[in-house]
Amino acid sequence: MLKVKDLHAQINGKEILKGIDLEIRPGEVHAIMGPNGSGKSTLSMVLAGNPAYEVTEGTAEFNGKDLLSMPPETRSHEGLFLGFQYPVEIPGVSMVNFMRAAVNAKREYFHQPPMSATDFLKMMREKRAVVELDNKLASRSVNEGFSGGEKKRNEIFQMAVLEPKLSILDETDSGLDVDALRVVAEGVNKLKNENNATIVITHYQRLLDYIRPEFIHILYKGRIVKSGGPELALEIENRGYDWIKEEVDNQ
Amino acid sequence: MSMGALKQYIDLFREHCGLIDANSAAPLNALRPEAYRLLQDMKLPAEGDDNYENCDLEAMLAPDYGLNIARVDIDVNPQATFRCDVPMLTTSLFMLVNDTFAAAEGAVESLPEGVEAGSLRRLAIENPEVVSAYYGKLADMTNPVTALDTMLAQDGFYLRIRKGVKVDKPIQLVNILENGMPLMAVRRMLIIVEDEAEAKLLVCDHTQNPDLDFLSLETVEMFVGCNARFDYYNLEESTEKTTRISTLYLRQEAGSNVSVDGLTLFNGTTRNEYYTLFAGEDAELHLYGMGIEDASRKVSTYSRIDHAVPRCRSNEMFKYTLDDTAKGAFTGRIHVAPGAVKTEAFQSNRNLVGSNEARMTSRPELEIYNDDVKCSHGTAIGQLNEMQMFYMRTRGLDEATARLLLKQAFMADIIDRIKVDALRDRLRLMTERRFAGESSACASCARCGR
Repeated sequence: MLKVKDLHAQINGKEILKGIDLEIRPGEVHAIMGPNGSGKSTLSMVLAGNPAYEVTEGTAEFNGKDLLSMPPETRSHEGLFLGFQYPVEIPGVSMVNFMRAAVNAKREYFHQPPMSATDFLKMMREKRAVVELDNKLASRSVNEGFSGGEKKRNEIFQMAVLEPKLSILDETDSGLDVDALRVVAEGVNKLKNENNATIVITHYQRLLDYIRPEFIHILYKGRIVKSGGPELALEIENRGYDWIKEEVDNQ
Repeated sequence: MSMGALKQYIDLFREHCGLIDANSAAPLNALRPEAYRLLQDMKLPAEGDDNYENCDLEAMLAPDYGLNIARVDIDVNPQATFRCDVPMLTTSLFMLVNDTFAAAEGAVESLPEGVEAGSLRRLAIENPEVVSAYYGKLADMTNPVTALDTMLAQDGFYLRIRKGVKVDKPIQLVNILENGMPLMAVRRMLIIVEDEAEAKLLVCDHTQNPDLDFLSLETVEMFVGCNARFDYYNLEESTEKTTRISTLYLRQEAGSNVSVDGLTLFNGTTRNEYYTLFAGEDAELHLYGMGIEDASRKVSTYSRIDHAVPRCRSNEMFKYTLDDTAKGAFTGRIHVAPGAVKTEAFQSNRNLVGSNEARMTSRPELEIYNDDVKCSHGTAIGQLNEMQMFYMRTRGLDEATARLLLKQAFMADIIDRIKVDALRDRLRLMTERRFAGESSACASCARCGR
């Protein structure tokens, strides 16, 4: 589904990603872990196409297409979803209008007519249930005045609406209490099937108790320095990142 | 001796003052000699002078527009060519074609008892003492554009709401610029809202012919009595070839509550001036405005809010978007007198600049002469937020759509404050279409060909 080879990227002339290799297949759940500043969020931004970042080397293929040449909206239409670490507040743009525009933009991309108002509202209702998102939030401005937990739920809600093939969830657990974490993780698990895939980006192992990834990658200084199974996450939980840093820095 | 652009108007008056007087009314004529005298020694402020950033009055007044001082009937049937209707907004509709009042069928009959509306000239003939009591009493004749308006204005609109009369239905005035050749229209508006009265007035300014140059010169005098409520909305939907100079003077008595909204949807070169005075305590003013400026359009706004007495509240907010080579300026002066304790005055001017060539100047000027006040001001000139743009694009919205939604959102707090539901809904739609690059948003207007 996703094949990333030797990906290098910089922002404001500073190289953050220094050669990422990553392959994701349908049905898989991967976790990318790493200490602060290792490039986790940069990787998510680059894959989603944030124009502030410049790719200097490498390739990324998404379902056989060149991901890096697509604008962010095309990546979305093609099935890539980014759940933001810090969901952006957009005062004055209502959630309903935003989602309607998003849904219909995707339909237009696939030469389908816009969704009828009735169908749209019905779908919104169904998807809201996935993350137990309060109906009231739908009529408010995008993320404006939402609590930390509501913002994260709102990300998973949007993911449910857009039905992506590959979801990248960036620090979806940060700032969540245990109940909210459970709701968000359950939402992710409900949406999982054999045809889609998920990348969970996280600093701590906590979220991984709820979303159980088969593949763990450790990102450090812009490279994936270690990959393994679930046991690697547990080892990080017990020993922290210092032993990995030492291993890499001594090489 | 005045030179430059003013000279042609002074010469015109000298040669034709008899004709001007003959086609107007005594209370209006009474002030012309003084205006004429003052103008002879006046010089128009230059572009860039204090309070005149991005406003070149000399250039705006220089062209030789024709004036219709003989009040020749201009062959326009406004009802046939034009209906500026805001759906669901049942209003009493009045019209001014250029600067001549055109009675609209049924409008007067639709007004409740205690409400008078119509031609300023006619009222000045029929009831000169009322007009004399108010006309020119607020307008500042040391302001060159006001003196010019006073020297030349022959007619306009008059609205009076009698004491204690409450009008639910908004009253609407449509000003139409239409002629077979370039034209200067000189209008005057006199609005008297007596004590405890309540009303809403929506004024829509339209130019019918986009190919001709028009100059609209207008002075509005607005008297709002004790505990009265008055909402005034002025929507400009003109053309790139229209120049507008509008000056509004407002006097508020104790306990009154006034909203003034200047909404510039389509324009050419616009100068809006607002002078407001709190003459009685515990009064409240909401002064709002917005402008959507692209191509080479220009808008320049000057406001002065005088807190002359204690315990009044003013809330001022102006928002502009500027694209292409558009230019804008906002100067907002708030003057709090030494005795005006417990004043609350808030001012905000926010601007979105979308191109390297567009220009905006913003100047808050707060002069506060006592300590017992709550005042604040904020000004910002910026671009669309890139993280918001990116966030929307990751959800599949293309750049143009994301930009459209963000601009629409930017204007939301001006539009959402409009208290007439139908106008608010209409303006929301019109703004959306305007940002989407569609031509005039007024669906029932002849200009759109519908």
